[in-house]
Amino acid sequence: MEDALEIVEQTHSGMVRAHNEDSIATDAACGLVVLADGMGGYNAGEVASGIAVSVMVTEVADPLKQSSPIQRDEASGEELAVVLLNNSIQRANASIYQAARGQAQYSGMGTTVVAALFYDNRVAVGHVGDSRLYRLRGETLELMTRDHSLLQEQIDSGVISLEQARHSQNRNLVTRAVGIDAEVMPEIHVHNVQPGDIYLLCSDGLNDMVEDDDIQSVVYAMQGNLALAAEQLIQTANDNGGRDNVSVILVKVKQTFAQPRSYLARLLNWLRK
Amino acid sequence: MTAKLILSLDGALIQECLLSKERTTIGRKAHNDIVIDNLAVSSEHAAVVTISHDSFLEDLNSTNGLTVNGVSVRKHFLQNNDVIEIGKYQLKYLNDQISQTSAADFEKTMIMRAPVAPVQPPADKPGDTGVFDTAHLQADKPAATSSAEMKRMPPPAPPVARAAIQILNGPNAGRELELVKGLTTLGKPGVQVVVLTRRPHGYFITHVEGANFPSVNGRIMDNKPLQLNDHDLIELAGVKMEFYLKG
Repeated sequence: MEDALEIVEQTHSGMVRAHNEDSIATDAACGLVVLADGMGGYNAGEVASGIAVSVMVTEVADPLKQSSPIQRDEASGEELAVVLLNNSIQRANASIYQAARGQAQYSGMGTTVVAALFYDNRVAVGHVGDSRLYRLRGETLELMTRDHSLLQEQIDSGVISLEQARHSQNRNLVTRAVGIDAEVMPEIHVHNVQPGDIYLLCSDGLNDMVEDDDIQSVVYAMQGNLALAAEQLIQTANDNGGRDNVSVILVKVKQTFAQPRSYLARLLNWLRK
Repeated sequence: MTAKLILSLDGALIQECLLSKERTTIGRKAHNDIVIDNLAVSSEHAAVVTISHDSFLEDLNSTNGLTVNGVSVRKHFLQNNDVIEIGKYQLKYLNDQISQTSAADFEKTMIMRAPVAPVQPPADKPGDTGVFDTAHLQADKPAATSSAEMKRMPPPAPPVARAAIQILNGPNAGRELELVKGLTTLGKPGVQVVVLTRRPHGYFITHVEGANFPSVNGRIMDNKPLQLNDHDLIELAGVKMEFYLKG
């Protein structure tokens, strides 16, 4: 996977906050990137997002050392990549929930999470809360996740329009989070990947401060220099006020990465059809 | 902190109503929260639905309708200082919490603890899209009000002087490109790109990719952004350009 993907990451506490409650982690060998935006008093937000990314990387990367991501899980019929992504979010949820119950200062802590696992010319995207994944394909920047937020629900139910949503004061209320309840429901989708695609994972500190059009122009213009693009995105958020922590992970697909299939596996796959 | 409506007629204050309920009704009949006893007003004329810090005005199929800031509307997302007119009566919407929240409260992402737990039976397959549960948006459930913290829109960017570059040689000589966007690209992504960025404290030029590094006033740039000054001379792949501020 290292040959197929170029990954850069950057995080900044912003211009207002003293703490950085965002956490990011990447595992280039298995094609996994994870970003989490924690919440909770004192340093609980950092603790929650930190637990989330470390648990998720371990839970996804370790099994993939032995097993193929396209192997079907017998119970669910889903590919292992999807199952691992789902399970890792559940494990992160349980870990944070337990930690929060065990120590009073962590009570009520939680985190959003967005993760992308690249495998077999596809990407499995899992998210909970309002951290996002965008895709730049050609010149078009597309939001691939839908926020689990009050604002998004209001937009979906037609209470307010997209234009009105820009002025809403409710933009920071999430309706799902990791670690808040005993169970969590991640949203997971699988998308096809093309060489040249650029994937952007970000915390709301970016998309609340920078319009999508401006994100597009930065990523498009600077696609030849991802590190500079990441820096420019964060700088733009901070120039616009930088009211929140801002984190970005950029993943550029340099070439195809089909999962090698054995003759037997192909035969079995064909028989299953 | 709570938003309010101020009812007046011909400039004379009649009543002040705090929008503390999720749904506040306006009409002629006595059961409304704001009663306007006038024949031009329908018995149930309009309602204001308040969710956390946001209020929405809705016309309840009234006979004579209503306007907000002079514009006839059926549904409206109320903004501070909006003036609603029903007949000859005016209702001013005030939501001044922006000035009352400390900077430390900004932007904190909060989980909405809905009375209806967001935990639902796990989807059949992990690949399934989750169902959006909007139950907590409905009436008489004090959903977000307690834990809500608000967030302000970014302040308008401090004014930066307008600027442009003018091409000095070649077939496009004389052409001017105004730097209206936050980021202006010169070149073609994937081949050779230089960007000009507008920041609160001025304009910068940055080399992004490609073998040709631009020069500014005869000095070849390195990888770092360089701030541009009025009448700087930029040269990129043989094309000369002048950067200048527009008064």
